[in-house]
Order: sequence, then structure tokens, then C-alpha cells
Amino acid sequence: MSTRIFGRPESLATINFHYCPGCTHGIIHRLVAEAIDEFGVREKTVGIAPVGCAVLAYNYFNLDMQEASHGRAPAVATGIKRVMPDSVVFAYQGDGDLASIGTAEIVHAAGRGEKITVIFVNNAIYGMTGGQMAPTTLIGQETTTTPGGRDPAKSGFPIPISEMLGKLPGAAYISRVSVSSPTHVARAKAAIKKAFQTQIEGRGFSMVEVLSTCPTNWGMTPRQAIEWLEKNMIPAFPLGELRNWEKEQGQEKAQGSQVEVKH
Amino acid sequence: MGELILMKGNEAVAEAAIMAGCRFFAGYPITPQNEIPEYMAKRMFAAGGTFVQAESEIAAINMVYGAAGAGARAMTSSSSPGISLKQEGISYLAGSELPAVICNMQRAGPGLGGIQSAQGDYFQATKGGGHGDYRMVTFGPSTVQELVEVCVDAFDIADRYRNPVMILGDAVLGQMMEPVDLDQAKVKPAPAKPWATTGAKGRKPNIINSLYLQPEVCEKMDYHLQEKYREIEKNEVRVEEVYLDDAEVVGVAYGTPARLVRAAVEKLRDAGLKAGMIRPITLWPFPSASFEKVVAGTAAEAGTGNRVKSFFVVEMSSGQLLEDVRLAVAGRRPIYFHGRMGGMLPEPEVVLAEMRRLLTDPAAVGGEYGLNYVVPALKPEAVAVAVAGAVHARGAGDMGGTGGGAR
Ligand SMILES: Cc1ncc(C[n+]2csc(CCOP(=O)(O)OP(=O)(O)O)c2C)c(N)n1
Ligand code: SF4
Repeated sequence: MSTRIFGRPESLATINFHYCPGCTHGIIHRLVAEAIDEFGVREKTVGIAPVGCAVLAYNYFNLDMQEASHGRAPAVATGIKRVMPDSVVFAYQGDGDLASIGTAEIVHAAGRGEKITVIFVNNAIYGMTGGQMAPTTLIGQETTTTPGGRDPAKSGFPIPISEMLGKLPGAAYISRVSVSSPTHVARAKAAIKKAFQTQIEGRGFSMVEVLSTCPTNWGMTPRQAIEWLEKNMIPAFPLGELRNWEKEQGQEKAQGSQVEVKH
Repeated sequence: MGELILMKGNEAVAEAAIMAGCRFFAGYPITPQNEIPEYMAKRMFAAGGTFVQAESEIAAINMVYGAAGAGARAMTSSSSPGISLKQEGISYLAGSELPAVICNMQRAGPGLGGIQSAQGDYFQATKGGGHGDYRMVTFGPSTVQELVEVCVDAFDIADRYRNPVMILGDAVLGQMMEPVDLDQAKVKPAPAKPWATTGAKGRKPNIINSLYLQPEVCEKMDYHLQEKYREIEKNEVRVEEVYLDDAEVVGVAYGTPARLVRAAVEKLRDAGLKAGMIRPITLWPFPSASFEKVVAGTAAEAGTGNRVKSFFVVEMSSGQLLEDVRLAVAGRRPIYFHGRMGGMLPEPEVVLAEMRRLLTDPAAVGGEYGLNYVVPALKPEAVAVAVAGAVHARGAGDMGGTGGGAR
């Protein structure tokens, strides 16, 4: 008797992704699909594809899917979840989608404590439209609209969305992870599972920000891209949990009373 | 007949939506439609549905998109500036073939405009205000009772054709109170929605989408939509025809101005004058057939059903409905226009006096107030061309003429 120890998750469709070589969107898709499979919720899950390189995600997940307009995935998710409270709803969004055009939608979905899960893919650039500055583009980073590197005097500063959302009472689980090494991938998987658990248990809004590569628009080989992410993005966007309802509960218990939760 | 209750238009349309099975509403405050979300906030949860005060009109229409995609009867409402913000979402609803109802209680524009009644969003609603080549069924009710009835109809049409439907009201209609008989609205149960994203249980995944990257495939989808729109044009025209059997001058108006034209027609009839009216209830599809009936043939062939000498269009805008009337009439009769803008209502006396002059002394028309135009009839040779291709009739007969511009 043989036991299957590795295979394609049921929640992923059996077609090839179109992502560029070395792009980490594909890894993130797999982690999401694995989490859905492991919770056994595939048949009651609805995913939302963004406008961005992951626009065809509706073909890649073996799930009911809706395509949202640019930035509005959290609003679409809200509509779905509110009419099907027992469903599991996730939005998959890039940084231009979530942190620029869709800033209002993400902030207010978190503010309302919508019981949805958001997978926020931060690759510090606009991938699909050919490498323009994203709200998460690092200071000094070269893009097609920041020639010579991002200069705060001209184009402002990167926006730390996870830190911002972590302050909102409606947010139950907010974490930033990376997929730049096997260890990071394992941690990312755990965070994504925690986010889905947060939703399934009805704890509130959950989001995992995943630092991701864009070798094509960064103008690097896949290996260089991984190195650049670890060297430059992680210091600018520190990894870790910015909100975790479970730990806050633990703190409350330990102190034996209602305490003000610090985040 | 059920019980008559006194209701504000905004509240009546909200109650009608709930009666129609609407279980998801998202909206953002804007005058003069605030009573709709307020009513929903009070009633929707008890009705087993959900109300969300969205962070913006953009978010609201996208919440409706999600809820409709999940199979719920869903609605949003707003007024002109907010409706502009919803246009991308409406285009996505049309492209993804999702049923939803959008209510616009129009106010004056452009820009921030004003909060009084106007009808400047006619083009936006009927010609596809968002991007791409789509159509949205648009109702233009003129009483609170009719607001209730078209709301129920709107949910049914939206579901049957999987298309967004707009109720194009105005500030007066939303704010006025009238007796309503809710039982007159005949609710039809929602059809099954096997395409909805309810979770891929025991079936292949359902996908709600409007992206078609290959042009051949996108064109096929566009043709499919066009076929659907032709079906809607064939089956879903709603119109009220008043005294068309022998009318010599036919008033045309929708919404609040239709009430004034209707009243003028009755007064003129009392005076023995042959006034009539075509009142489009659906603005798209437009009731062109009602016009055809009374202008087919030549004026010289005047007989039963063909006595109409001219049309009189009244709007709270600058001649938007007028364009559809011109397309339908195709140069075969002169069309007179009276419009007010900016939140000013047409005055009943002016409407009555203009229509009386048209019946008795057409040379004298051109009121003291407002925008007044004449679109003259074409010469017979030109009519043949215009009728052959009604679309090209747009260029015929320049605006301008007797009344001459705004006063
Ligand atoms: C309203 C609107 N504005 C702009 C676009 C064009 N557009 C498509 S994808 C995209 C940016 C996507 O970048 P990001 O969200 O960072 O995702 P990535 O492609 O990097 O994964 C933009 C601006 C659009 N489709 N719709
Ligand atoms: S452009 Fe960048 S983000 Fe898009 S698929 Fe290629 S590598 Fe990935």
C-alpha cells in the first residue's frame, strides 16, 4: 500500500498557470488551495479574483469564483458573504489592487469586521500593466514611473497596509509572511490556515500579506528576485503577526480580566 | 384592491423591493434618496436579509455584484453624482450578466448640481453610462404607486434576462407622499439560478466573469448580449397611451413632468381639444411602436390612428428624451420641446398653454420660460431616407427655431 504524500490540491484546477518563470503568485495559489482542502470547505468556498496578474485566478482554482473590478474585491466579498453567511469567502489581491485603487474597500471591509479572508500579494510593483510604481514600491526602487528610483519628494512613501489594518477593531487576524524560502513558505502556509480558521470560526476579518516576487518587472532573474526580496523587502515590510485574536484572548485570560489589547 | 396607505416614494420603493424578495441592499447617503437606505436599515434584517451602509457608491454597487453573483435579489440606490460612481460596476454587472436593481432618484447637475428634481441622467441610464456596449432596462415611473409596480417588475426582468435594471425616478417622486396599494404589485418568484456561485458542491465550479481576452470570444459574448437586448426590446416595452385613437397633438414625458402633461391633456380634452399622450414607462426599451402607430403614412393620409399633427416633449433636462422621440418619429412630424433644468419644474400653466397653442395656433408656440425648441418635420423625400435608417435621422432638423434657447 502506498500513501499519497504530495499531489495537486483538489482546490486547484488542472490547468497550467500563465505566470512568468520565478513568479511566486503560483506558490501562493497552492498554499491557499491546500488550506481550503485541509479545512474540507472546498464545496462552500467562493473566491474572488482581482484585476492584476492574478486576474485569471478564476480559472486556476477549482472553486466557485467571481471576478471583481479593480480594487473592489473586498466589497464583492462582502456581498457574497452577507447573503451566504455559512460560506467561506476569500479575495486574492495584488498591491496596486488592494493598497491603491481599493484602499477604501479593504479598510472598510476590515473596519466592519467582515468575516472574509484576504490574500494580499505584495510584489512592490504593478505587474500586469508593465512595472509601474505601486503604493508598496520601496524608496529608491526603480519602476517605469519612478525612473532613477522612488524619491519620496516626488512620489511619497510606501504604505504599510498590514500595520494600518492591524489597528482596526474589526480585524481579527493580520499577518505578513514571505514565500522566498522553504521555511518562509511553511510559515506562510500556517498563516494562511490561521486566516481561514479565523473566518470559519467567525472571529472577524482576516488578511495575510504575502511578500512576492516579480522578476519580470524588477528586471531580475528568479534567483536575484528572491535575494532582492529578502534583502530589501523584508526590512521594509517586517514579517510577523500584526493582529491575532487567539493571542489577545490568551493575554486577557492570563491577566484574568478585560484588558485593553495592545497592537 | 388592497388597503391604501400613504407612503413616501423612497419608502414605497424600498418596501416594494423587499416584497419582491430583495434580500441584500447596500447604499451610501445622498439626498434626495436617503429614505431608501434608512428604510432598508429598519426593515431588511427583520425580513431575513442584509443592509450594508457602504463606504462609497462604488463599494455599494460592487457589494450588489457579489450578492447578485451568489444568487440573491440585490439592490442599491443613489442619486445622480452617486450613480456616476456606480457606472463601472453597472458595466461589470451587464458584462457578467448579473441581475440587479439600481434606483436613481435624480437631482440636478452637472457636478454637484443641486438637490432638487431633474432628469439629466436619461442618456446615462438609457444609452449605457458605463464603458462598453451594453444596455440596461430603464423604468421611468411617474407616481408612487407606479414606483412600487415597476420595482417588482424590475426584479423579475433582471432575473429573467440576467441584466441590471434601473429605476429612474427623480427627487419629487422620491420625496412625495401618495396613497399606495401594495397588493397591486404582482410579485413573481425568482427563477432558479444554477449559475450562481453558491459553492461548487457536486458540480463544476461556477465563474462570474466578464473578461474575454481573445477578441473572437469577446465578440461572441457581445453578440450574445445584443441578441438578449433585441429580445428585451421585443418583449419588455411598457408604455401608457392616452387618447391616441384621435389625438392631434401628442404629449411625451416620463416621471414627474408626465404628471403635468397628463393633467394638461385631460384639461384640453374637457375643452373639446384632441390632445393625447405617449408616456414611456420603460425608457429603454423605448416604446417606438407607439409612435409608429400614429405617424405611419403621410400627414395627408390622416385617418383613424393617423391624425397626429405634432408631438410635444416635456422634460426636466435639455432634450434627452427628445432624441429618442426624434429617432421614433424620424422626421415625419414636427416635434416641439419644452424643458426646465437645474431643479426647476415645468409649470403646469405653461405646459397647458403650450399644448393648447399647438392644437389651436401652432405658429404662436414658444413659451416665456425654459428651453423651447422645434424640430421641424422633414420634406417627404428626406422622410423616406430617415425612415429607412432611423438611426441617421439624428442629424435631421436642427434644434433652434421659434422659442429660441433658454430664457
Ligand atoms: C479601473 C481600472 N484601472 C486600471 C486598470 C489597469 N490595471 C490592470 S492590472 C493593474 C495593476 C495591477 O497591479 P497589482 O494589483 O499590484 O497586481 P500584480 O499585477 O502586480 O499582481 C492596473 C492598474 C484596470 N483594469 N481597471
Ligand atoms: S509580471 Fe510579475 S507579477 Fe506578473 S506574472 Fe510576471 S512575474 Fe508575476
